[in-house]
Amino acid sequence: METGSPGTTGDTAAGAVSETGSGTAAGTASGTVAGTASGGVVGAASAGVAGPEWTGLPPGLLRMRRLLLVVWLVPLTLAAALLPGLLAGPVWAAFALVPAAVLAWGWPMLGRNWRSWRYAERSDDLLISRGVLWHEETVVPYGRMQLVEVTSGPVERHFGLASVQLHTAAAATDATIPGLDPREAERLRDRLTQLGEARSAGL
Amino acid sequence: MADAPDTADTPDAPTVPDAADAPDTAGGQAPRENVREDAREGIQGAEVQGEDVREGSALRERRLHPVTPLRRAWAPVAVVAGWAVHDPDQVQRQLARLTMTTLLVGLAVLVPAAALYGFLSWWFTHYAVTDSELRIRTGLLFRRTAHIRLERIQAVDVTRPLLARVVGVAKLRLDVVGTDKKDELAYLGEDDAQRLRAELLARAAGFAPETAHEVGEAPVRRLLHVPPGVLAVSLLLTGATWGMLIAAVVVPPVLWFATHSVWTVLATGVPLLGAAGASSVGRFVGEYDWTVGESPDGLRIDHGLLDHAHETVPPGRVQTVRVVEPLLWRRRGWVRVELDVAGSANSVLVPVAPREVAASVIARVLPGVTVPEGLSRPPRMAGRCLPLWWRGHGLAVTDTVFAARRGLLRRTTALVPHAKVQSVRLAQGPWARVQGLADVHVDTGANKTVTARLRDAAEAADLLYAQADRSRTGRREARPDRWMA
Repeated sequence: METGSPGTTGDTAAGAVSETGSGTAAGTASGTVAGTASGGVVGAASAGVAGPEWTGLPPGLLRMRRLLLVVWLVPLTLAAALLPGLLAGPVWAAFALVPAAVLAWGWPMLGRNWRSWRYAERSDDLLISRGVLWHEETVVPYGRMQLVEVTSGPVERHFGLASVQLHTAAAATDATIPGLDPREAERLRDRLTQLGEARSAGL
Repeated sequence: MADAPDTADTPDAPTVPDAADAPDTAGGQAPRENVREDAREGIQGAEVQGEDVREGSALRERRLHPVTPLRRAWAPVAVVAGWAVHDPDQVQRQLARLTMTTLLVGLAVLVPAAALYGFLSWWFTHYAVTDSELRIRTGLLFRRTAHIRLERIQAVDVTRPLLARVVGVAKLRLDVVGTDKKDELAYLGEDDAQRLRAELLARAAGFAPETAHEVGEAPVRRLLHVPPGVLAVSLLLTGATWGMLIAAVVVPPVLWFATHSVWTVLATGVPLLGAAGASSVGRFVGEYDWTVGESPDGLRIDHGLLDHAHETVPPGRVQTVRVVEPLLWRRRGWVRVELDVAGSANSVLVPVAPREVAASVIARVLPGVTVPEGLSRPPRMAGRCLPLWWRGHGLAVTDTVFAARRGLLRRTTALVPHAKVQSVRLAQGPWARVQGLADVHVDTGANKTVTARLRDAAEAADLLYAQADRSRTGRREARPDRWMA
């Protein structure tokens, strides 16, 4: 993140580099993000000359997703190993390799995906950038917001997370920021509604 | 980059955005204050008016036309007819079992009950026009009152279906984002409907409530009329019409030889024939005598051979305009123009017209917009993402619209005024990333997304931010909701 932003964050190629960046860079990035998120301060990466200042997601979301992955796949691996292995012969226990492979592949993938999520509050619009393979970047002008929603499911609540969703008059606007700290989510909601009111426009 | 001056000051973030915002908010606030004052005046007006209304409330609150209860009278008949067609044997058995007395008793109960229900539902439906809203009160057991804000009207349609024309009544529908089907006024006397439309539009435009009555129907200047001959030729030159007709003619015999089952043939043949009829004769009948006119209260679209429809789209409500060029029309230089208005179902602006005429109509619909010529194609690399068809895609951004084209045989150019953009998205899949390409989606309020596909990645990223900026400035110059005030 910090490696990506001083250059040109507007350039998607640079964005791609920062997402697939080396482990150490990612580690420091997540460290700063964690620090700022827990402190409830905006602006993680010290933005360079050009480009908006991006904020990453707190690590809670990654922890939750990884835990869910493990919770689902470890029993599945055991079941896939034990059932055919005991009933049809030890060779059939090789079925367990499939969920195990998914687990091994999913673990880093979740990390990459989590690192790719970030948002930036500019003076007139909100930017949301996400996705590694399928990269998507959304710009929502504050004046276009019809509704700001903070949601938190039971699992999310257990991990102390909340997501903020923005609705405009266009249903295709898919602007959700998942896995935020609830205080940050509320701050964002209040700020967005305030800005939306100041800049609101008709259809 | 465009936002370089903004972000250069980011170290002292708390102060600078405020300072940068100050002129913005001042600029943005001033008109809003006005609008609010207007609204407040409006409310005061309503209160004053309210006292008047209470005195003469019977005068103000109006009922629908008395034939309204009959409009659903055909429904039970249709149900019985459908049943009879579906299962003729059983119907015969049931009819044989019916004696004269049961029939008479049944009729003696059903007919008055239906008549009473129809009468009561008509009796309890009222509508009233205040200076800021249209109120519709309906419901016998479950009361429902809809308050429709007039300055948020997206379109007003007066339709006269064939039977209603015989009786001399019309249906009036207001398109406002989020209304449901119940919020249409069916039926009104034809003159009432015309007068009400004129009044609603005058009030929505911001005329004072006292004068709104007297303003009357705004004068219409005809922009375009589609001759029936041209319409017929254009339908004959549409591939879809022929495809449907051929399918309807070819598929049932083939099925007959394959299955020898009458029911299979009927079950596929009838819908196919229906679809073929709808796409040829149905379209001709619906788009017959298509007239587009311009008046101070908006764009008028009148059409229909059997069912007449008169649509009015107030200024500044059009979210996107699409220019469609089917392959066979291109030699004649004909185009079809479609438009999207939030909350409105009707989508055709011009069924067929020469390109220059269509462009002049578009220039009236979206003031200051010219249909861009010479759209820029995606880079050659796009061929690896979308062989052959990549040539059909194109993009042009002028200072008023974002225009994107797609399609090789049937070319569609979609135009979005910058002021109507709700959000901008950039999307890039893995293969597109390898080729250095990206798509830019522009979402509008009519739930339509216009996509510039397969642009160069750097260009797309610039486009994303530039489009957001353009939309912001475009909105600032946009018309107010009340366009005459």
